[in-house]
Amino acid sequence: MVTQITSFGRSGLYDWMVQRISAVVLSLYTIFLVGYLALNPDVTYEQWSGLFETTWVRIFSLLTLLSIGVHSWIGLWSISTDYIKATGVRFFFQSVCGLVMFVYVAWGIQVLWGL
Amino acid sequence: MVYRVVNKKRPVNLDIATISMPVTAIVSILHRVTGIILFIGLAFLFYAFDLSLESPEGFAQVVSTLETSFMAKFIIWGTVSALMYHFVAGVKHLFMDLGYFEELESGQLAAKANLVIAGVLILIVGVWIW
Repeated sequence: MVTQITSFGRSGLYDWMVQRISAVVLSLYTIFLVGYLALNPDVTYEQWSGLFETTWVRIFSLLTLLSIGVHSWIGLWSISTDYIKATGVRFFFQSVCGLVMFVYVAWGIQVLWGL
Repeated sequence: MVYRVVNKKRPVNLDIATISMPVTAIVSILHRVTGIILFIGLAFLFYAFDLSLESPEGFAQVVSTLETSFMAKFIIWGTVSALMYHFVAGVKHLFMDLGYFEELESGQLAAKANLVIAGVLILIVGVWIW
């Protein structure tokens, strides 16, 4: 058996599980944020910044950020291994995705904690 | 049931342009396409998120841009539409993991329901934004 060294958890079954757990987190956060904006269409800056100062919203948001990271990595990795057959091109594509994904996570943490 | 071993060479067609895509395949490929759109659209969401929490002025700028700029509305609608589709297809996927919608008939029905539900959500999001 050849181990895929670029997959998230080096194991298909592990990636499969992580993809589903992160999907549940992402769907709950989607319901939470879309629901909040739908119920508060005229949200003010004070309400909006107050929401993201709450500890549980910060924890939920951080969990979502990390889920975005692993979920997009596993998804884009699957797509790239399916369609990009040339190793060099695929590695380049995966590197760009990995970098963008890392930027998103770091950026999100900075916004959330206002470092 | 009796299975027979088939040894004879069969023609293989891997030219995707000539393969007719069943509804289940269309729903599946759209799940991937919307995933890629979301990954790109996230950059705009992060930018708006950053600006909206930076200062009251930044927040006001995000609100006014979303109220006036067609391009901003279009980008947010496109990204949220991709999210709605990806969400519905993901929920369907989780149901399939649990063993539902795996037969030809139920699978096709679930795929069609996926398209309809996502379509309705995308319309609602469009009405909401404009």
